[in-house]
Amino acid sequence: MFDLLNEIYNSMKKNKLRTFLTGFSIAWGIFMLIILLGSGNGLKNGMSENFKYMSSNSVTLWPGWTSEPWKGMQKGRTVTLKQKDVEFLTNKYKGKIYSISPSVRTSTLNISNAQEYVTLSINGIYPDYQEMRSLEMFEGRFINESDIKGKKKVLVIHKRTKEALFKNGENALGCFVNVNNIPYKIVGVYNDGFEQNPDIYAPSTTIVSIYKPNGEFNNISFEVKGISSPKEMEAFITDLRNNLSILHNFKPDDRNALWIRDRLSDYLQTQGIFNGIALFVWIIGIGTLIAGVVGISNIMLITVKERTKEFGIRKAIGATPSSILKLVFIESIFITALFGYVGMVFGVGLTELINYVLEMNSSGPSNPENMTMFRNPTVDLSVVFLATFILIVAGVIAGYVPAKKAVSIKPIDALRGE
Amino acid sequence: MIKLNNINKTYFNGSPLHVLKGVNLEIEKGELVSIMGASGSGKSTLLNILGILDTYDDGEYFLNDVLIKNLSEKRAAEYRNKMIGFIFQSFNLINFKDAMENVAMPLYYQGVPRKKRNILAVEYLDKLGLKEWAHHLPSEMSGGQKQRVAIARALIANPQIILADEPTGALDSKTTQEVMDILKEVNQTGMTMIVVTHESDIAHQTDKIIHISDGLIGSIETLK
Repeated sequence: MFDLLNEIYNSMKKNKLRTFLTGFSIAWGIFMLIILLGSGNGLKNGMSENFKYMSSNSVTLWPGWTSEPWKGMQKGRTVTLKQKDVEFLTNKYKGKIYSISPSVRTSTLNISNAQEYVTLSINGIYPDYQEMRSLEMFEGRFINESDIKGKKKVLVIHKRTKEALFKNGENALGCFVNVNNIPYKIVGVYNDGFEQNPDIYAPSTTIVSIYKPNGEFNNISFEVKGISSPKEMEAFITDLRNNLSILHNFKPDDRNALWIRDRLSDYLQTQGIFNGIALFVWIIGIGTLIAGVVGISNIMLITVKERTKEFGIRKAIGATPSSILKLVFIESIFITALFGYVGMVFGVGLTELINYVLEMNSSGPSNPENMTMFRNPTVDLSVVFLATFILIVAGVIAGYVPAKKAVSIKPIDALRGE
Repeated sequence: MIKLNNINKTYFNGSPLHVLKGVNLEIEKGELVSIMGASGSGKSTLLNILGILDTYDDGEYFLNDVLIKNLSEKRAAEYRNKMIGFIFQSFNLINFKDAMENVAMPLYYQGVPRKKRNILAVEYLDKLGLKEWAHHLPSEMSGGQKQRVAIARALIANPQIILADEPTGALDSKTTQEVMDILKEVNQTGMTMIVVTHESDIAHQTDKIIHISDGLIGSIETLK
């Protein structure tokens, strides 16, 4: 084995530039494959991370406009969601729906504490909203039932909003802030490390009574129990649409009248997209690799041609066909594996570096851009093993034609004349 | 040692070319024989068949009582390795290996461990007066030196016969004589040797001259 490696080393040393150029193509192929796969994973991981904040069984309703006439009524009527819809849903789907919450938004308001202020809209919600959006309390509490019942002027703010309003790090809990000259008490600070424009939460009842005299909600979201497949979700939504169409007097199949989105379908759809991306990445990556393999095969073919005489001599003094075959094959596998590994190390290194930089940035408390589209863009160990396997296969494929050519050399032809 | 019975060989390159038309030949162990003939007479083909580098169509070839016929490539390689030593006009050394590695090459294909074969190679180089050149590449040596390396390589596997194809064709007259002296010396140790040449000078230094013309053995001149 040592002798064989020595032979290969000699042959590679003889053609340094050529070996390097050939190797580069395969190194580049693997490098690109790793980078592409890493990027695909990064997108996927980033997206999954974002989905983590939404329960996968959550459903959201948005009001719309009827797009078809129904029961003698014109099209173009607005459908509104109000308190009665929340009650209707809780009654109709008792035991099926849990964690329900409307969302009613104010226009942007000035929220100030002494000299400091932020301009944000307030989101009026129910206590269940916390669980639905996986909001973590940093300090204090979330909106509770008694806030809803008492239409209390209380706020739950994001940690970053708190930092903006309380620059010196004073205690915010129990403090009053002015919202367009109405004082609100801060009862909690939450932290989810995710939203770009952190919401300020208040009881929906408070928001409705002060800012929304018509009582219209922006949307209603809730979570559904006992649904595990997209099919079940679809059946549930059809039923939901039918019931609400009766309540609101619109045609049951008029999709514009009420927008219903469920996270499960969203999630599966996104999963599908990412699987598509992954497939695409593999195709491109393998394509690049094939280009590398063809390159190596070509160069090896030229090498074999140039070494015709040498192979002839070897055969004349007793080299068996299999030993010649081995020489070419192992050289091919050796070059692919060696340079492939270099490419792989660089690829994995780069993805790990990017990951490191991303982690550094996202964990820093001063960084306001916490929304991650891209997270952990690294490849699994299994991919590395797979790539190694592919490299060896690639080496064999690249070596096949040249090796056959080398074996078919006849010593008399090779040694004839000069 | 060598026995050829009615060897026929036809090449099919376009029109068939009947190169050997029934060659009968016997060479005894320890003989130093030369084969002479004009170009196209079939002497190279004969040498290739003797060296198991080429096959023949009809007849029988016994080398040391072994019938050499219809061998697999692997078998042919083994026989070449163990029974035949080649010396070529253009030396045919591997140019990126030094003298020692070149000489050790046949042993590499016999699976002899590296250390052992390198020691042996240096020994053989020493016999041919090239010990100091063991680690030089062929490109750093003169023609005579290269041919001596080739002779060492031919001898190292201790073959049954040495086949020399115009061994002095690329050398000047002084080195030619040196190489011939070496070959004769090797022959003195009992090695059977066949030299193909077109120089009668060379041929006349051998025991026997086999004249070949038009694919047949013409005459055999016995000199000793």
